Amino acid sequence: MGAGVGVELKDVWIRFGDFVAVREANVNIEGGSFFSFLGPSGCGKTTILRAVSGFLEPSDGQVLIGGKDMAGIGPNKRPTALIFQNLALFPLMKVWENITFSLEVQGIGAADRRKRADELLEMIALTGQGDKLPSELSGGQKQRVAIARALCAQPDVLLLDEPLSALDLKLRQHMRTELRQIQQRVGITFIYITHDQGEALTMSDRVAVMRHGIIDQISDGQSIYDDPSTPFVASFVGENNVFRGKVKSVENGMAVVSTNRTGDLRARIGGAAKNNLKAGDEAMIFIRPEAFSIATDTGNTGNQVKALVTNEEFEGQAYNVFLEGDEGKQIKMSLVNQGKVRSSSMGKDMTLEYDPEQATVLPKGELASE
Amino acid sequence: MKVFLGLYLVVFFGYLLGPLVIMSITGFNSPGFPRAAPWECLTFEWFDVLYNDKRIVNGIQNSLIIGIGTVILSVVMGMAGSLVLTQIWPKLRATYYTIVIAPILIPGVVLGISTLVFWDRINVMLGFTSDSFLHNGIFLTILGQSTFIASYCMLVFVARLQRFDVGLTEAALDLGATNVQAFRKILLPFLKPAIGSAAVLAFLASFENYNTTTFTFGKYPTLTIELAQKVRYGINPSISTLAFLIVVLTIVGALSHEIYQRRKQLALANGAPVGAVTGGFQLPKLLRGNPAAIVMVILAVGGFSTIWFASVYSPEACKIEVREEKRAHQQQLIDQIKQQQIEREQQKLQKGPDIFGADKNPAGTLESPGKGSFGSVFDPQNLDKAGPEGSTAPSSANPGAGAFGSVFDTQNLKKQTESGN
Repeated sequence: MGAGVGVELKDVWIRFGDFVAVREANVNIEGGSFFSFLGPSGCGKTTILRAVSGFLEPSDGQVLIGGKDMAGIGPNKRPTALIFQNLALFPLMKVWENITFSLEVQGIGAADRRKRADELLEMIALTGQGDKLPSELSGGQKQRVAIARALCAQPDVLLLDEPLSALDLKLRQHMRTELRQIQQRVGITFIYITHDQGEALTMSDRVAVMRHGIIDQISDGQSIYDDPSTPFVASFVGENNVFRGKVKSVENGMAVVSTNRTGDLRARIGGAAKNNLKAGDEAMIFIRPEAFSIATDTGNTGNQVKALVTNEEFEGQAYNVFLEGDEGKQIKMSLVNQGKVRSSSMGKDMTLEYDPEQATVLPKGELASE
Repeated sequence: MKVFLGLYLVVFFGYLLGPLVIMSITGFNSPGFPRAAPWECLTFEWFDVLYNDKRIVNGIQNSLIIGIGTVILSVVMGMAGSLVLTQIWPKLRATYYTIVIAPILIPGVVLGISTLVFWDRINVMLGFTSDSFLHNGIFLTILGQSTFIASYCMLVFVARLQRFDVGLTEAALDLGATNVQAFRKILLPFLKPAIGSAAVLAFLASFENYNTTTFTFGKYPTLTIELAQKVRYGINPSISTLAFLIVVLTIVGALSHEIYQRRKQLALANGAPVGAVTGGFQLPKLLRGNPAAIVMVILAVGGFSTIWFASVYSPEACKIEVREEKRAHQQQLIDQIKQQQIEREQQKLQKGPDIFGADKNPAGTLESPGKGSFGSVFDPQNLDKAGPEGSTAPSSANPGAGAFGSVFDTQNLKKQTESGN
């Protein structure tokens, strides 16, 4: 890693009239890494991608690729290749012509192009399919053709705009690993756009989580999941149980929050709030479903939640237990299925406990809407 | 209900196609004025007449030149207009669309006059003489027709462009293509079918246009202009044969297109051939599951056999026969009238002279001069055709009624001669 060409966004603002699509984005993407922008639809992640590929100019700030300012350089002059959400394969061209389009526009002869196309077809395991039309291929094959077409242009940076969203679940999971393998093989920088946290976490070296044009957090996948820096990230990435309340006391990076209904809960202070959260602040505690377990000793306080079981479901790898939570919301607990027969606790009170290190306290903020 | 539907279809298609059928039939009938009934002789001579008619052939030539010019100009302008429509600022789009589509709504006559006036002004402004190219009929007609035909073409292109994924152009640019390359390699191939339909539409609209062309043709009358002038000066069935040829060409064109489409469909469906299901007899590959192709083959066989028949068959014998028949009929009528007069003379002789006698005698003497004077008025050809009427000439036996309304009615004539008796 570090061999490829890096991409840097410096104070990038993108406005459409009065609407701000991207607000003060500062991102440094290391060369040769797999970087993802993760966020709900309409959060500005595709806009950032278009600014990198050159289809639109930022209203303010700079886009640098390999240290060079890209202002005024059109998409056909940038060392980037974009894989479109709908793939945008040329429907009237054969597969091999599609793949080598970047060579065709350079005026390279058909024989040489055909040779290069066959090499790439072999790489994407579609040997001998070069003379088909894109419409004759399956979804996954089209996907791979689009990747080959982009790679044929030998870009320094490959940009992918939700390329897997149109595939079915099995194929999507298969393509995830395949994309990651291709990236490691060619060693160029991949910038990946997705609203699927699973894709972002499994493939990426680093992930930027976006909300309304603002980048909330840039970190590796595990930090995003275990140590979210805003309530939005905590609730958008993975499932989380939310408890609201006021901070009662702060010590050693831990805070005790008195919640309205569940009593005092202790948790680790997360994100940038470590240094400035103080008693009396409104706060939210996030506890993952899998961080809960059934309490063996119900005497402890500060890390136990007692509530009524309203529903139970079996999901295969886990049992999910739903309990009555704050403000009409449910508390969810996931227990790993260890093959033991469980007795139902429906309609009974249950006491859950958690490790305060695995729970996060954050100042009150916006949650991702479900 | 089924009967009703069948009846409706017959009426409907009769209304649509009846005139064409009648007109086509008149092209094969021998009388000099186009008519389908009474049927006289099957003839192909009107095709010869058409082929030797310098003005018609010249008109077709001009129409073709103008058609091709209009196709080129209109397709290019239509495509440019539609591309602007997709690129233009959304707020301006509706206004732009209205302006560009307006020529379709403006009467062709107005377009013709304004084209003529506009280019004449330009000509004067530039100080050219009246025989400059700005006054050339072909130049003016192409421009005049293109003003509204380009709008038709634009509609065709807009319909196609609505299905274009702008992402394809972006993908091409992203892969290093210049804007020109992206247009030539991505957008133009996508628009190809639309270019084809727009060209056909433009050519047909140009070929059949009359009301704009009539102001702009100058020294280059198109086919429609020639036809209109012919109708004014009297027509013969060669025009019907031209109509017949155009109808046949249209049918052949439509069928070929249909055959092509069906073959493509069959190729796409890639299913078992129809013959495999019906078993046994198998049609040649082209015809399998393709009724359009079958109709086409039948039509071609019919066409070739007609041409063969035309080269062998001579209508002369039939024509002579018809002429003889007419002459015999005429002779018969003349004889009949003569007979009646002879009878009258005899009656007069028997009864002796009376008040009418003075009138009738000169009438009797008028017989032959009367025939002579009328005979020179009526073309002998016409006389030939209008067999029964021709015989009215000598009927001025009764001068009181002879010269007036009842002259051409044998029925009246009979009544009068009877009353005369």
